Amino acid sequence: MSTTQVTSVEPFVDGHGKAVVNDFSIQVATVNGSGSQTANNVLMRSIFQMGVPVSGKNLFPSNIAGLPTWFTIRASKHGWIGRKKEIDFLVAMNPETAQEDVAKLEPGAAVVYDEPLKLNTLRSDLHFYAVPFDKLVGPVCPEAKLRKLVRNMIYDGVVGWLLGIEFDEIRKALFKQFGPKKAKAAEMNWNAVLAGRDFAEKNLVKTDPFRIERMDQTAGKIIIDGNAATALGCMFAGVTVVTWYPITPSSSLVESLIGYLKRFRVDKETGKATYAVVQAEDEIASIGMVIGAGWAGARAMTATAGPGISLMSEFVGLGYYAEVPAVVFDVQRVGPSTGLPTRTMQGDLLKNAVLSHGDTRHPMLFPSSPEECFTMAGTAFDLAEHFQTPVFVMTDLDLGMNNWMSDPFPYPETPIARGKVLTEEDLNRLNGFARYADVDGDGIGYRTLPGTKHPKAAYFTRGSGHNEKAQYTEREDDYINNMDRLSRKFETMRQHVPKPEVVLNEKASVGLICCGTSRYACEESRDQLLREYGLETSYLRLKAYPFTGDLSDFVSRHERVYVIDQNRDAQLLSLMRLELAAEEIARLRSVRYYGGMPLDARTVTDDIVRQEGL
Amino acid sequence: MSTTAPMPPKKVNRIGLDVLQYRGSKTTLCAGCGHNAISERIVECFYEMGIEPWSVAKFSGIGCSSKSPAYFLGMAHGFNAVHGRAPAVATGALLANRNLLGIVVSGDGDTASIGLGQFMHMLRRNVPLIYVIENNGVYGLTKGQFSATADLGSKLKTGVVNDLPPIDVCLAGIELGATLVARSFSGDKRQLQSILKTCIAHKGLSVVDVISPCVAFNDHEGSTKSYSYMKDHEEPLHEIDFIPHFEEIHVEIPEGEARDVRLHDGSLLRLRKLDRDYDPTNKLEAVRMLHESQKTGEVLTGILYVDSGRDNFTDILNIVDEPLATLPEERVRPSREVLDQIMEELR
Repeated sequence: MSTTQVTSVEPFVDGHGKAVVNDFSIQVATVNGSGSQTANNVLMRSIFQMGVPVSGKNLFPSNIAGLPTWFTIRASKHGWIGRKKEIDFLVAMNPETAQEDVAKLEPGAAVVYDEPLKLNTLRSDLHFYAVPFDKLVGPVCPEAKLRKLVRNMIYDGVVGWLLGIEFDEIRKALFKQFGPKKAKAAEMNWNAVLAGRDFAEKNLVKTDPFRIERMDQTAGKIIIDGNAATALGCMFAGVTVVTWYPITPSSSLVESLIGYLKRFRVDKETGKATYAVVQAEDEIASIGMVIGAGWAGARAMTATAGPGISLMSEFVGLGYYAEVPAVVFDVQRVGPSTGLPTRTMQGDLLKNAVLSHGDTRHPMLFPSSPEECFTMAGTAFDLAEHFQTPVFVMTDLDLGMNNWMSDPFPYPETPIARGKVLTEEDLNRLNGFARYADVDGDGIGYRTLPGTKHPKAAYFTRGSGHNEKAQYTEREDDYINNMDRLSRKFETMRQHVPKPEVVLNEKASVGLICCGTSRYACEESRDQLLREYGLETSYLRLKAYPFTGDLSDFVSRHERVYVIDQNRDAQLLSLMRLELAAEEIARLRSVRYYGGMPLDARTVTDDIVRQEGL
Repeated sequence: MSTTAPMPPKKVNRIGLDVLQYRGSKTTLCAGCGHNAISERIVECFYEMGIEPWSVAKFSGIGCSSKSPAYFLGMAHGFNAVHGRAPAVATGALLANRNLLGIVVSGDGDTASIGLGQFMHMLRRNVPLIYVIENNGVYGLTKGQFSATADLGSKLKTGVVNDLPPIDVCLAGIELGATLVARSFSGDKRQLQSILKTCIAHKGLSVVDVISPCVAFNDHEGSTKSYSYMKDHEEPLHEIDFIPHFEEIHVEIPEGEARDVRLHDGSLLRLRKLDRDYDPTNKLEAVRMLHESQKTGEVLTGILYVDSGRDNFTDILNIVDEPLATLPEERVRPSREVLDQIMEELR
C-alpha cells in the first residue's frame, strides 16, 4: 500500500483477468464550494437508474468554500448500502489531498486525476487516467466564472465512459437534477459530460476491472435524504407549529419541511397557512415555543443537534414534569463548538434519555432509514400527544444529510391520535376534572386546552410542585405520588413504542445489537462473519427507548452479545445496563467506532473477530 | 335598627360575570407588595372590559412577579414557565391558538437579566400579548440581589450600592418593535387601569413597565423603587382616558387639549394634555422624553408609545383564522395523491 511497495499492474482487458461488476466504491475528492455536489449526485443517480443498488455519502468540512470534501458512491449488487471502507475508484480533483488520497488506496484501484497533478508518478500498482480538465472546460463553457462549476461535470463523462454507465441515464439524471427551470444550465453541463466522454474515448485505454452493468434492483425506488424524509413524515403527521434554530446537520430538515408546507399546506380558498414556522433566536426559545404550542394543543416540533439539545435541557425537564407534548428531532453529530460539526455520531443517546435535572426520563425513537424517518415522525407525534411528554427522534448526520435509496413511503393508515383531551362537552358531562389524576391506571392524566369555553376547563401549569388538581404544593406525599405516577406512565410506554427488529438464528450463540444507522454495517458484518469466519450470529435492532421485553429475551438467549455504538463511551450499552438484570449485563460486549465517518462493516467485523479470538 | 336591607342585585359585567369570577387563588406574596395591587387592577380591567376569562392564557417566568398569574383570573389557563423564558412559551401558545388573549407577568430580573434575549425577540416579532413587568429593581425570591433595572447609585438594604446603569425596558420596547409601551406605578390605580384596558384592546404587543416596590427588600431610604421615592419622582405624562369600542363616546374634550388614538378593535385611547402636547405615535419623541427623564431622575409614566398600524406576529405568519391546534385532520394531513406525487418526483 505504501509507495515503496511497487508492484506492476496487469492491464485489464476484456477476457483477461476478472471484471468487478456492480460491487465497488467510487470516491470523488474535491474542494467544497466547487459545485461538485451536482456532478456527484448525477453520477449516483445514473447508476441507480441502471437498476444497481447504490448509496452516496458526502464527507464535508464545516466551511463554505475551499476545504477538502469527499463524496463516496458505493454500488453493490448485494444491496449493501453502508459505507465501504476501501476505495476502489478515485476521482482526484483536489490538489491539497490528492497525494494522501492516492497513498491510501489498495493496490489495483483506479485513479482519474487532473493532469497537472501528475499523480501517476506516485505509485505503479494503480490504474491511472490523466484528464486535462482545464483544457476541456474552455470550449464547453465560454463564461469563465462558471468554469469552476462546469469542470466537475467533465469527470462524469470520463467516469461514465470508464465504468460503462449508459449516457442516456446520465443525461436523464442530469436534467432531473437541474429541473425544468434550469434547462439552459443543464444543456451546458451536458456538453461538459460529452466533452469528458469524447476525451476518454479518444485518449484513454481502460485497464481497470470496474464495471457498472444494468440490473433490476431499483425499480420503483426513490432517492431521498433522511432529513427530507423526516420533513415529509412531519407534514403527513399533521404538524402545525415548527420552530428551529439553524444548526448542522438538522437545518435541511426544517428547510425541506418549509418547502413542502408551502406547497401542500396552504388553504386554497384563503391562501393562509395551516402551520406556523418560526426561526427562533436560539434553541432555548425553539423548545420553549414548542412547549407553549404543545400545551395549547398544537402538534409542535423542533429539529436540532447535540449542542442545541444541551441548551434545551431545562425546558425539556419542564415538559416532562408539566406533561406537555413536544417532538424534538435530534440529527446527531460530533461535538460542541468547532468539534467536527459535519461528522456523524450517535452522541446523544445517554444524554437525551435523562435530559434535564431531577428524575427525568424521555422516550427516544431510532429511525435507521428514510422510510423509518417518515413513519417514525408520525409515531413520535402520536406518542407525544398520547403520553403528554417530550419525545426525541434520534437520527444522525449520515442518515439525515446523505442521499439514500428507499422504497416509496406508505401513506399513514391510522388517523391522527390526539390523546386524552377533554372538550367543553366532556367537562359538562364530568363537571370538572383533575389534571394529574391517574383515572385510567396507565399514569396518563386528562388535559384541557387553553381557550376551552368552560368555567372548569382551566388549570395552572407549573413544574413538579403540584398535586393531582394542578394546585401548588410542596408536600412530600404529593411530590412522591406524582413521581410514582410519572414512573407508571413511562412503564406504560413500553407497550406502545415500536418493537425492535429481531433476527433469531438457532445456530448462534453470539448476538449483535444496534440502533439507527449502525444497521447497515451490522447487517453486512453478519454476512462477513459468516462467509469469512463461519460465525453464526443473531441480530436485534432497537427502534425505541424505553426498551421492550424483547431486548432482555434476546440477551438471555445468547452467550455473548455485541452492542454496536457510534460513540466512544458505549452509550447504547450503558443505557441497557440501566435496565437489564446483572446476569444479562454480564453477556454484553462493546463494539465502538467514534471517528466521525459513517460506520462501515469491516470495522465491526474486525472488532468482533478480535474479541471472539477467531 | 333591626331591619335588614334587601340584598342588592349582584353586579355583573356585559357577559354576565361578577368580579369574583375574575379572581384567582389567594396571594402568597408579602402584605403590601406592589405586585398584589397589579393583580387587583388586572382583575378589575378584565372584569370591566367583559372579557371571557377562559379565552385568556396567562404566562410567567420565575420570581415573585411570576407567581402572580395564579392570583388573578382563576378561570383562565396559566403556565408558569422557566426563568426568563415566558416569551417563548407564550409565543408558541399564541401560534397554536391565535384566538387566545395572552398576558405575561414577568419581573425585572426575569425580563431584563436572564430573559433579555427572549424579551427582545418577542418585541421584534410583535407577538400579540400583554407583557407586564412588575419592576422592583431587586430579586425578591432569592432575598434581595440587584437586578438589571436597578438604578445607578441605588442602595440595597445591606448598604450595597449599585454601580451599573439600568436597562430601560421601555426604551428597549420602543426601539425593538413593541407596538404599545407604557410605564406606571403599582400605587397609581386610575392610571394603571386605563393603561391595562388599552392593552386589552390593542392587537399587538403591549409592554407595561410597572414600578412595584418590594416591601421586603427594596422599600427603604436609598432605593429608587420605593413607595416614597416614587411619590416624589413620578411624573405622569398625561391623563389617560380609555374608551372601549362597546361604550358610547360621551366625554367632551376641549379642542387642542386631547389626542385620540384609535386601536384595532375600534376603541379610543384619549390622552389628555397636562403640560406638554405629547404625541404617543411619535417614536423619536418618545425616545427623547425617556432619555430626558433619565437625566432629570424623573420616572415618566403613562402611555409612551402606540403604533396601531403594524401587523402582529400571527398576521405576519399568515396563519389561518381558526386555532392551528384544533384544525381537523383533513386540513393538516395532505391526501394520498399528494404523497404519490412527491414519491414520483423522487424516483
